[in-house]
Amino acid sequence: MADVTLDCSGLNCPIPIVKTSKAIKKLDSGQTIEVLATDPAFEADINAWAKRLKHTIVEFGAPSQGTLRALIQKR
Amino acid sequence: MSQHPEETAPAAPVSSPAGVTPDLQTLIEASVDDRVSQALAGLEGKVEDALKRLGEVEENQLTDRCTIVVFSGDFDRLFAAFIIANGAAAMGMEVSIFFTFWGLTAIKKQTIYAGKSVPEKMISMMLPGGPRTVGTSRMNMMGIGPAFFKSLMKKHNVEKLEDLVELAKDMDVRLVACQMSMGIMGISKDELLDDIEYGGVGAYLGDAGDSRMTLFI
Repeated sequence: MADVTLDCSGLNCPIPIVKTSKAIKKLDSGQTIEVLATDPAFEADINAWAKRLKHTIVEFGAPSQGTLRALIQKR
Repeated sequence: MSQHPEETAPAAPVSSPAGVTPDLQTLIEASVDDRVSQALAGLEGKVEDALKRLGEVEENQLTDRCTIVVFSGDFDRLFAAFIIANGAAAMGMEVSIFFTFWGLTAIKKQTIYAGKSVPEKMISMMLPGGPRTVGTSRMNMMGIGPAFFKSLMKKHNVEKLEDLVELAKDMDVRLVACQMSMGIMGISKDELLDDIEYGGVGAYLGDAGDSRMTLFI
């Protein structure tokens, strides 16, 4: 299970990555954060974000119609 | 002949093959030493040069920074500028925005008429009071357009422009007001947001010159 869960449902670009980047700052290296989002650009955005900041996307999926979930491990 | 003469006789000179006189041996050794030291000197020079150039490259390396010039005072363009600025800050980039001309409206907190000349008062009267009241670049229709867009944006739960400005400050985006534009339009520091920076084209170019990314909006 993730160390922290962040619900960004209903929020639009770029707020999910803004909130994720703020939240991940509070974690230690190796800890994980689960982010839920409904922003259709979330998959592309969070992938680019993680690649740039060298965090790892451990899991990515759509637990329900229209909701996306990313499990990210802090580098 | 031994493959490794120095292992068998470390201090002794290389044993001369039959037919090589000691004089010739000395001459050969001197010539080899000379060539080796010449080659080494050349290499040392090249290494020194390469290190110097590496230092220069490191000094001139681009910073992971995004510099944006906001010239426009249109709602839609300002919106795009602040979405990009906040996104770039979230991506871990340093972000600075230079507000010039119409763009200054984005960082206005109030309009003050006192102490202004007549042309300055006229400009102040005709310009929007801040990000809440800016018009759109297209379909403005005397203010109906922005109201229409704002209602659509609210419906889609998109952040308001003024909230994106606040968020940018919160994300440590540097907001820099162009002092020449302020002078021309008679905008005082008291009319702009607190905790912003002031500068000219030099400040912008200093930042943009070594930025990975620069945008003009």
